[in-house]
Amino acid sequence: MNTAEPLVMGIESSCDETGIGIVRGTELLTNTVSSSMAEHVRFGGVIPEIASRAHLEAFVPAVRAALDDAGVTLDQLDAIAVTSGPGLAGALMVGVAAAKALAVATGKPLYAINHLVAHVGVGLLDDRGELPDGLGALLVSGGHTEILAVPDITSDVRLLGATIDDAAGEAYDKVARLLGLSYPGGPAIDKAAKDGDPTAFAFPRGLTAGKYMGSAENPGPHRYDMSFSGLKTAVARVVEAFDAAGQPVPVADVAASFQESVVDVIARKTVLACTEHGITTLLMGGGVAANSRLREVVTARCGEHGIPVVIPPLSLCTDNGAMVAALGSRLVAQGRQPTGISFTADPGLPVSAVSMPAA
Amino acid sequence: MLSLDSSSIASVALSRDGEVLSRFDTVDTRSHAEALAPAVHDLMAEAGLTGTDLDAVLVGTGPGPFTGLRAGLVTGRTLGFAWALPVHGVCSLDAAAFHVAPEALAAGHAEFVVVTDARRKELYRRDYRVHEDERGPVITPLGDPRVGPPEDVPALPCYGSGAGLYPDRLSHAVPGFSDLHPSAADLARAAWAITSRGQELSTDTSPLYLRDSDAKVPASPKRATR
Ligand SMILES: [Zn+2]
Repeated sequence: MNTAEPLVMGIESSCDETGIGIVRGTELLTNTVSSSMAEHVRFGGVIPEIASRAHLEAFVPAVRAALDDAGVTLDQLDAIAVTSGPGLAGALMVGVAAAKALAVATGKPLYAINHLVAHVGVGLLDDRGELPDGLGALLVSGGHTEILAVPDITSDVRLLGATIDDAAGEAYDKVARLLGLSYPGGPAIDKAAKDGDPTAFAFPRGLTAGKYMGSAENPGPHRYDMSFSGLKTAVARVVEAFDAAGQPVPVADVAASFQESVVDVIARKTVLACTEHGITTLLMGGGVAANSRLREVVTARCGEHGIPVVIPPLSLCTDNGAMVAALGSRLVAQGRQPTGISFTADPGLPVSAVSMPAA
Repeated sequence: MLSLDSSSIASVALSRDGEVLSRFDTVDTRSHAEALAPAVHDLMAEAGLTGTDLDAVLVGTGPGPFTGLRAGLVTGRTLGFAWALPVHGVCSLDAAAFHVAPEALAAGHAEFVVVTDARRKELYRRDYRVHEDERGPVITPLGDPRVGPPEDVPALPCYGSGAGLYPDRLSHAVPGFSDLHPSAADLARAAWAITSRGQELSTDTSPLYLRDSDAKVPASPKRATR
């Protein structure tokens, strides 16, 4: 096996994207994604069974397309990597079963990889092929919202904070429905908010009260955690009040005020976590990293503390197989043991498990 | 031929001309994603075979619980792709029907039903006619597989795991077959009964979900006006 620049296929199926990526070392050869997002539009959110059905149909065509695009064959691969959690159980299972079948058919080693850490693995694909020291990550999507410290991407990743209820992207989807905007809610609210007044409504900032925050020396129970379900309820009350009064809902103002609350909480918690944990570079990932206001505020507030923010291209921020391949490639290069084919996908895989040990 | 079925238990079989050379069957019905790939690996290694020694992959297309069913289908399709082999699909209930065909013939049952557990107090079923020619039993499906309450099952002799679950709610549950699940070994034999008579196997491996995804379009929110 070429361990200096291993040729690795990465497989991602934890939510609604069937992603196949292939890398050689830190060079990205293909990032092939088949999304079932359009099938979820009328439901206003990802329906796990629909996503799982789509993964089954998309898998083999996506693998074929990825191999063609990269100009490589299965025989040439050095290893296969697959997302084994966290994510939707039924969706994860399709990619995991398929990855095991590929491993059996080809005899290639299989690595079961943590989805959240893989988001950070995208950082390995830039020109330098190395992650900066003092790296932290802010991951914001429809399925997760986390702040991570990444002292060593293959062996030491720590969860500093996370949403305790809805993911930020999920809150965007729900509020978009309340406002009669389209799915996915992130881009729709971002667009509507551009014409709105972010100070029009004083929406709550979840988990920012003193009892949750504590102090740097004596942190409260949710110092870096986030919560968006109360915010969603507050938006619903405002919308209902306008409806009850027979007045039109000021959609732009509500959208802007909602977005300001989400972005303010995320940015505040992120900056706090970074400054208190020696994080000197922040990588953003997840589909909501595309949100213009979130990028603007996080970049500005981190900048005040001299922390540069790295935002990969959107195709590498949303769920994809390239990030899984990138992390798998690094594990191979460092001589880590593969997981083998007997593991079980873990929908709640903790971020400290970068890859699953051999069963 | 390598056969897989995950519509009830998870099972794998290697066969040549309908003769099962080796097989693997789980006892439970909830560990498909864990069991299938290692079972394929072990059976192939024990037989000293690689993908190039095979002529085809055969998968049971259900009906069965969604997540488990998908494990077998994606495994079979992916193995077929990686080994450049044709992948054939056969309704999983046909495997169980072929298994009980000799008993049905001996009991004088020219028509019968195979019933398996569909959970939610329902059964998957398919009706069959059986006869015998010089090569052995021949099963002919009478219509498509279905899902529904035991009371909807026609008044024919019922074979299979579902018969053991609701003996009192079926008009004619045949005792002694409550452990009968569709298996890869029976799937291989049922497929040989087709191909040995000069007929082709289907290359359609679409899952027989029979139920929709249960997703509900949320009630439309009151139109917010701008
Ligand atoms: Zn993600």
